[in-house]
Amino acid sequence: MSQDLDQVYRLEAGRVLATLIRLVGDFDLAEEALQDAFASAAEQWARWGPPVNAAAWLVGVGRRKAIDRLRRRNLISRKQLDLEMAVAIETQIAPWPDGDDTFGDDMLRLIFTCCHPALGVDAQVALILNTVCGLSVEAVARAFLAHKETIAQRLVRAKRKIRLAGIPYETPGPERIEARVEGVLAAIYLVFNEGYAASSGPDLMRGDLCREAIRLARLMIELLALMLLHDSRRLARASAEGDIILLEDQDRGLWDQGEIGEGLALVDRALRAPGYPSPYAVQAAIAALHARAGHYSETDWRQIAGLYEVLARLLPSPVVELNRAIAISMVDGPARALALLDALAARGELDLYHPLPAARAEMLSRLGRRDEAIEAARAALAAAKLEPERRLLARRLAILSG
Amino acid sequence: MQYLLLIYSNEAEFSALPEPELTAIMGDYGAFTQSIIASGAFKAGDRLEWASTATTVRIRDGKTSITDGPFAETREQLGGYYMIEAKDLDEATAIAARVPGAKYGSVEVRPVFAMS
Repeated sequence: MSQDLDQVYRLEAGRVLATLIRLVGDFDLAEEALQDAFASAAEQWARWGPPVNAAAWLVGVGRRKAIDRLRRRNLISRKQLDLEMAVAIETQIAPWPDGDDTFGDDMLRLIFTCCHPALGVDAQVALILNTVCGLSVEAVARAFLAHKETIAQRLVRAKRKIRLAGIPYETPGPERIEARVEGVLAAIYLVFNEGYAASSGPDLMRGDLCREAIRLARLMIELLALMLLHDSRRLARASAEGDIILLEDQDRGLWDQGEIGEGLALVDRALRAPGYPSPYAVQAAIAALHARAGHYSETDWRQIAGLYEVLARLLPSPVVELNRAIAISMVDGPARALALLDALAARGELDLYHPLPAARAEMLSRLGRRDEAIEAARAALAAAKLEPERRLLARRLAILSG
Repeated sequence: MQYLLLIYSNEAEFSALPEPELTAIMGDYGAFTQSIIASGAFKAGDRLEWASTATTVRIRDGKTSITDGPFAETREQLGGYYMIEAKDLDEATAIAARVPGAKYGSVEVRPVFAMS
């Protein structure tokens, strides 16, 4: 690998792998696809230059490579399962996580899966370094002064257990998250200690372990900030009947000021850290701006729109663009936002994602285009699946039609 | 996925329990079994006879040998099992944690081999 690509690998491999695992539903296949994607990158970037967004490019290519691999495997094995998996990946509608208030982000999913208590601690640490931090098997072995075969064997066993025992690839629910965060922190500390204990030695690799541990711990702090700030609104987000209450209608007196204070302090610290902010820090900063507004009308939409623009560059996804368009509507008005939403709709990536037609309905209604607004609101209702969402959209449709 | 929950406990301690405690535990088992039947997770489940009634079968060099007792003497013995259907390991371990025996013994969670 060239120097540049090596750099990209160290920075992006974890994130790209995390998304690929979710898309293809299998650790091993995702890792093969990741290697394929980097092999393509080595070839194509040398000729055409690197793409604007390396991570998105790698995910896209990796996804196609995984499908190719399954189809080839099916030709040899004739296993129906391989073919079904290939078709399942191909027909995924929106390969992006939905909602901006779920912290079920891919990187977090990967960290929690690697640190699942059903895996041995040694296996957890090796998995984290290999997948999240993107260290090669050789590098992990060197760091632990272990044989390459020992580490390779440990990784194979751990991945096999994840698959066969049905360890879920997800962020644990609120009832389990506290205990699981402890497990993640313990694993990160082990990574750090492994490096720290030998930091006087000449082996640079071991000093790297300390840096990786600090990078992971920072990530966890940013995630914690994001979780605290989102969770602080929990009581205000739904009525006693289980109906959704939108941000603009929430009783801000119900927001948990303790959680907000803690979250804001963490965000400030994360944003002051040297280097590029992580996508989590940016998302937490957006949540912080909402938390700081005493009233909906005092929300700093200009800054929020700016932060969404930063986020769209760090973590390009149509869902982020949708949120950015909504923020822009609060600064520049509904006409500009509607143009962005229409462009987004034309790309078709969010076809079954009801917040898109719901946002269009909102903009059209603000522009006084009532018939089109009703049509968009109907499309949103048809696409929504969860009962509380359906009730909310039905209420809004009724107001528009009434 | 299907999981087998293997319930281990110390038989000596278990059989020394006073009658009211034993009745309470059986009541807990009854309630737990009913709850997983109602939730649809239950596939099968039984209490086993004491480990002392176990017989081990092996074939070595073409000869069948039948010996008394379980495969290995351990502090805790297999006393019962449930076969359950669960979405993933987290759901399976959550159900395993509700098996009354988890409080005084242990419950091993094993995925059932998937034929494909």
